[in-house]
Amino acid sequence: MVEPLIFEYHASGGRSFTVKAPEASDLPKQFLRKSKPALPAVSELQVVRHYTRLSQLNFSIDTHFYPLGSCTMKYNPKACNSLAMLPELLGRHPLAPDQFSQGTLECLYELQEMLQQATGMSGVSLTPMAGAQGELAGVAMIQAYHKTRNDHERNEIIVPDAAHGTNPATATMCGCKVVEIPTRADGDLDIDALKAAVGPKTAGIMLTNPSTLGVFERQIEEIASIVHAAGGLLYYDGANLNAILGRTSPGAMGFDVVHLNLHKTFSTPHGGGGPGSGAVGVGERLRPYLPIPLVIKTASGYSWAAEKDCPDSIGRLSAFMGNVGVLLRAYIYMRMLGGEGMRRVSEYAVLNANYIMVCLREAGFTIAFSERRASHEFIISVKKITRETGISAMDFAKALLDYGIHAPTTYFPLLVPECLLIEPTETESIQELDGFIEAMIAIRDKAYSDPEALKAAPLTMPVRRLDDVRAAKHPNLVWQPPDEQAI
Amino acid sequence: MSEIPEDLKYTEDHEWLRVEEDGLITVGITDHAQGALGELVFVELPEEGQVFNKGDACAVVESVKAASDVYCPLGGLITDVNSNLADEPELVNTNPHEGGWLFRIAPESEDVLETLMDTIAYEEYLSGLED
Amino acid sequence: MPFIPHTSGDLSAMLKRIGAETLDDLFDEIPANLTMQAIPGAPEGMSESEISSLMHERAGTDGRPVCFMGAGAYDHFVPAAVWQLTTRGEFYSAYTPYQAEASQGTLQVIYEYQTMMASLTGLDISNASLYDGATAFAEACLMAVRANRKSTSRKILVPRTVHPYYREVAFNIIRGQNIELVDLPMLDGVTDVAALAEHAGQDFAAVVIQQPNFFGSLEQVDALTNWAHAEAALVIAVANPLALSVLEPPGEWGEAGADVACGEGQPLGVPMSSGGPFYGYMVCRKDIVRQMPGRIVGRTVDVDGKPGFTLTLQAREQHIRRSRATSNICTNQGLMVTASTIYMALLGNEGLRRVALASHENTRQLIEGLCAIHGITRAFTSPVFHEAVLLLDRPVAPVLDALAATGILGGVDLTEFYPELGNALLVCATENRTPKHIEQYVAAMTAVFTTEEVRQHG
Repeated sequence: MVEPLIFEYHASGGRSFTVKAPEASDLPKQFLRKSKPALPAVSELQVVRHYTRLSQLNFSIDTHFYPLGSCTMKYNPKACNSLAMLPELLGRHPLAPDQFSQGTLECLYELQEMLQQATGMSGVSLTPMAGAQGELAGVAMIQAYHKTRNDHERNEIIVPDAAHGTNPATATMCGCKVVEIPTRADGDLDIDALKAAVGPKTAGIMLTNPSTLGVFERQIEEIASIVHAAGGLLYYDGANLNAILGRTSPGAMGFDVVHLNLHKTFSTPHGGGGPGSGAVGVGERLRPYLPIPLVIKTASGYSWAAEKDCPDSIGRLSAFMGNVGVLLRAYIYMRMLGGEGMRRVSEYAVLNANYIMVCLREAGFTIAFSERRASHEFIISVKKITRETGISAMDFAKALLDYGIHAPTTYFPLLVPECLLIEPTETESIQELDGFIEAMIAIRDKAYSDPEALKAAPLTMPVRRLDDVRAAKHPNLVWQPPDEQAI
Repeated sequence: MSEIPEDLKYTEDHEWLRVEEDGLITVGITDHAQGALGELVFVELPEEGQVFNKGDACAVVESVKAASDVYCPLGGLITDVNSNLADEPELVNTNPHEGGWLFRIAPESEDVLETLMDTIAYEEYLSGLED
Repeated sequence: MPFIPHTSGDLSAMLKRIGAETLDDLFDEIPANLTMQAIPGAPEGMSESEISSLMHERAGTDGRPVCFMGAGAYDHFVPAAVWQLTTRGEFYSAYTPYQAEASQGTLQVIYEYQTMMASLTGLDISNASLYDGATAFAEACLMAVRANRKSTSRKILVPRTVHPYYREVAFNIIRGQNIELVDLPMLDGVTDVAALAEHAGQDFAAVVIQQPNFFGSLEQVDALTNWAHAEAALVIAVANPLALSVLEPPGEWGEAGADVACGEGQPLGVPMSSGGPFYGYMVCRKDIVRQMPGRIVGRTVDVDGKPGFTLTLQAREQHIRRSRATSNICTNQGLMVTASTIYMALLGNEGLRRVALASHENTRQLIEGLCAIHGITRAFTSPVFHEAVLLLDRPVAPVLDALAATGILGGVDLTEFYPELGNALLVCATENRTPKHIEQYVAAMTAVFTTEEVRQHG
């Protein structure tokens, strides 16, 4: 810890209060708190310095390259932030009447339209607050569809073994049974296993395409027809939409429902772990079930459609209207790019990924699906290096930090041992890519010449490797004043 | 190479069972299983008096990077749990077959025991997994 | 090309290295019949100055009415430092802190946040936040069913005084898991304590208490908590965290305190922003932390023994437990939590207390002013925090329309949520409302109630 906790700052008299305290309160005593919360009592300057210094301990896109597979860490344009934070937009109450909402509603309506076009779907709801909630909405809509048709036996969701952890977790949360099917050695789905898995209990299948293995599922049309023929529906996990934006669409591939991660493809900020936004799109047959509220356009302007207008909806998933502030940022981004700019996103994202893949392959790295074209990401396995030197994917990840590069995703997908999933995004220049390639080669060489040095990495960060076991075994999750602190 | 004591029976889920003199059965996870999980940070045990069917998830062993369910290898009533693991989950790592036991169960029937692996069979099973 | 740095020279050099002729070649694994040449109907791109004009114009259309609406989103003042710091690129554009060594800033902020929330609620452990108040409530219901080992029930008692949208969201999220939310009736705007008797001995996993409740009224939290615990049910508190700077914290309710507390973090430095992004907070007793959903940050040491922070107890989460995780949630609302932490650090106890009491006082004055108008009365006698329900002698909607015409958002019409209350209007005046605003509102309302037209219209 290089910066003390805010609680450890000396109490200050120079406080900034936003209001005067009223002289008296008529709140009955029985409802009042007797103890005081342990909040800091510090000056504005102390607060500003403390949190500025803390911010400087972070990697971020604004300061570092993040080749983080399945996360699409692209540049977050500044205009998206400043324009989404105009005072009228920030000050709008979620239940404000339509006459004070036409500006916001028009943006949201157009965003629905643009997402619908980009995904090839026939309806979009913007309310889910993150990808995982979009998944929940998607599976709930699939369930509602079957239920409406009195098809009550369908409670199985098929997921490939390479799927994101949220897919099976979502299916369970919806009360479905998870059926896992294997992937073939070439990275495509095992069609025979799929044929064996589908049946009268199949509610649907959840797929990411390109898959989490960084390759495009070439049999997608056959998969769609197998699942549809069995009476199931197809769910598209939009985590990897950046790879196909403007080139093909989930609708064209035969998907019935899709969630998008606006914080990936449409460049809204990751914010150190959120907020995200997980808009969902659906084909015609799932339209009635979209989560509410939706924005509609009528003769008198834009307005919300909710319970009354959408009686078959799976309902609300947030107290109000999802993460509108995030939606506005995505809207601004999409308007700046336009149709052509969006198509360019996938072109250059895929170009960058294939470039790094080819360079690393030439440098002798093991590419997981070497015969395949990379999508916007690809996997290398350092298993051979681990066996020969003891340097693992984790060591590579930590060593990259010392080169000023954020680690790629490690140990996911679980199918490939000692793997690194690498996604550069379209916003990185060839100079950054070459820097990464050089760093990877340098680390690999060091694995053979001085492995102990790599095991000690990172050395240039505010802290070195942390003791995770201690953190989990003796959880210290809140600060206690010194006299109460156990350790 | 993991240790596989000869007085125990083994399941495909890497649990071991010991038939005690009083007829109760002690259950733990094998040396191989603890090695694969890494240092344990938490063990969630059943409560005494709970009844499980064979195959029910009845405990969880957790390391920093993984969490595994322990499935009840045979149906019965939990008579005793290893309360030492609350403070020292690492006993499962350091002494999986003795101090790191998880729970004791009064079995509904001992038929299941016949179907379990002995040391040689488990050893073969493990070497099969490595291929 | 917006945001893409490649020159045409870069492009051809890279394609050459890859062994491709054109960018199209890179998509050769997509079956040709699935490809498209352009996104149908997509608009043309705009320059930054064009989009800037457009957004200013749209924002201007929304305008800035004077807000007396609450119902889960509150118009509090946010000091400039909060969002200037929060939108620093190092916070704004950082990833989830999985690489702890490169994320100590975000991790320490969350650890400070967890400490502040635990202290504010009087409970032991906080997570790093969930999506919003309503989803935090849904997750708390799921958690209670998992955590209550004394109960085999999948039923939860939920008073009608809990925010209607929270109840709806919880129902939508947990319905797949066979959990039943049982209505508890209300009396005079608070949970009817006497009505609990008929549920005695019925085995509930948990009882929910919202404080202040949807109507702004203060619940008899001690009696409700004690009843629940006597019935071996857990207590889920849904509380406005700002109010907890003056109100008894959930951890001190009744004899033993609530077991889980959750709610909407928005009042602590997050703008209303049409309802999101907000964040849901969740705190609990130490012994049930492993049933808590969402990310949690812990303090530990590095290999040199130097203190540092890392995500911990991750084995509960979806990326490890997959189909057996405590929830499918990945996100915490990191940026909103950063803002809230800075807000709480700036204001401290005294600052929060002042905001809470000033909001209470403004609401008191507003109610006094409005209830002096013939045709407006208080719906309930129970004490309130910073919201209250008024009964009008005429339909609410046309009255709100008339107020809106003068630039005032007069409150939330409860007619559809609670038809049994009649012409009920929920009003709120935060510390951000000046005496002049309140005068304005009372004057406008007086005008509405003395205009014959409106009465006929209703």
